[in-house]
Amino acid sequence: MLRYALRRSIDAAVTLALLVAMTFFLLRLAPGGPFDGEKAWPPAVKANIDKHYGLDQPLPKQFVHWMGDLIRLDLNESFHYEGLPVRQIIAEALPPSAWVGFWALLLSVGIGLPLGALAAWKRNTWVDFSATFAAISGVSLPTYLVASLLVLVFSLKLGWLPPALWEGPSSAILPALSLALRPLCLIARLTRSTMLEAMASDYVRTAMAKGLSDPVVVFKHALRNSLIPVVTLLGPMTASLVTGSFVVEVVFQIPGVGKHFVTAVLNRDYPLVMGTTLLYGLILVSCNLAVDLAYAWVDPRIRLEG
Amino acid sequence: MIRDVLPAAVNLRSAIRRFTRHRGALVCLVLLCAFAVIALLAPWIAPFPFDEQDIASRLQEPSAVHWMGTDSLGRDLFSRLMFGARLSLAVGITTALSALVLGTITGSLAGYFGGLADRVLMRLVDVFYIFPVLLMAILLTLIAGRGFVGIFLALTLATWVFQARLVRSLYLQARELPYVEGARAVGASHFSIMYRHILPNLWGPILVSLTYQIPTNILAESFLSFIGLGLQPPLSSWGTLANEGFRAMRSYPHLMLFPGGVLFIAMLAFNFVGDGLREALDPTSKQGFTG
Repeated sequence: MLRYALRRSIDAAVTLALLVAMTFFLLRLAPGGPFDGEKAWPPAVKANIDKHYGLDQPLPKQFVHWMGDLIRLDLNESFHYEGLPVRQIIAEALPPSAWVGFWALLLSVGIGLPLGALAAWKRNTWVDFSATFAAISGVSLPTYLVASLLVLVFSLKLGWLPPALWEGPSSAILPALSLALRPLCLIARLTRSTMLEAMASDYVRTAMAKGLSDPVVVFKHALRNSLIPVVTLLGPMTASLVTGSFVVEVVFQIPGVGKHFVTAVLNRDYPLVMGTTLLYGLILVSCNLAVDLAYAWVDPRIRLEG
Repeated sequence: MIRDVLPAAVNLRSAIRRFTRHRGALVCLVLLCAFAVIALLAPWIAPFPFDEQDIASRLQEPSAVHWMGTDSLGRDLFSRLMFGARLSLAVGITTALSALVLGTITGSLAGYFGGLADRVLMRLVDVFYIFPVLLMAILLTLIAGRGFVGIFLALTLATWVFQARLVRSLYLQARELPYVEGARAVGASHFSIMYRHILPNLWGPILVSLTYQIPTNILAESFLSFIGLGLQPPLSSWGTLANEGFRAMRSYPHLMLFPGGVLFIAMLAFNFVGDGLREALDPTSKQGFTG
């Protein structure tokens, strides 16, 4: 178990390093620099700026320098928000994103899983057809459409919920709903199809033959065994939900990480891009590790070996 | 899970019969064909040229002349959506196809040969796989430029790993099957076994994944438009149109609802066809379905 955890941690570190390195170099390949404005700088000024931020150094050297700072837990200062440390920007932006993401995750699993199981149990009935139709509709809707429709109906027409201000817990309701719709439907579809597979298997037939009632077989035996693909999906899903969605954060004006994720790239704010990517990567590898450990709990046959 | 039957046991005729029994999928397939025809014939059947501006009749509500109203430059939204079908479908289909080619080459080499080839190629795939698709697409669009070619390259490179993983797993299963052993025994070359014997047997799952990848890529393009990296005006995809509408949503909801609605219907249709194909082509899901 310890050996396994160690091996996985090394794997995770390698993955993370590759992600970070690739972001670093791809970002520098993109034309344009962090300080390009409307007018071109005089060459001397530009050279001075580059020198100040170390941008005149060769790329590999800059990367090594960045990694060196990282080891000292220093993410440097943002280029765009002058003088603001990246660590502080992320520390301020993460809580709103994570809060919305947490509720979205809860909704997705809490509704998606039972919905998929129900559809599989009542297969080929109107329950199944409407659940399937709803799930397909959900993955077909672009997030910005969902978000703006929710604002249009619940805030502007009905006036029940605040439209686009980040104040108090009720501001998280609409964003969480719009963020949850897609993962919810993905989980429902996946659960339905793996459940159908499980229900065609011998052990379910045996359980039925034993005279167990339908719901017990479906929700206890079949569901548990069809959880594995869903659990696998949860790793990357959690990482992306918790780090926020650009679209949702723009529509609802949430001061979150998702917005920085995109605007930092567009601004060529190199330190901030590296910071957000690192954050995403860290959350992703820890979620994946958690998922691997969860496998053993869901399916005792899976042994955690190196 | 290794099935000791030919994957080719997917009999074409019975697959078609199963597919046509799925009413919803059939209707959606017809719908998609209609979209494709509109996309192809747009320059001839659209009531207005897509870039014809008519300031006198700007921001009109839907009417008999302008079925879906006009935008802030007085352009006819209905015509623009017909032209948008060309770009959106072209982006979705070409990127999905090229990602498939790239993924099939990588996946088949890794899955068929295994060993070192597998380890090296899959390490490469893993690097792409952990990258958030949208971050990758943004970075690549910035590098490759914001035209059709740039978006094509960006979406291809951001999504090919999904196909690579799928094709690899299919080859891993297939290479153990008796017919592959047979081909090897009669002295067929690796190339011939990989692409003349195995590949034709895998068209079912590959077609299904293609059907799901196309709408995903159309949505990805619309996301790129949303952050201002989409195709440049006056060209416009469904995504661009929906985004333009999004900015004027409070005052002129029709500018958002029509493009959004068309996009939604197309996504729905692709997904339904994908579901229908999967049920028709995948022998394992059939059991569950009738079980």
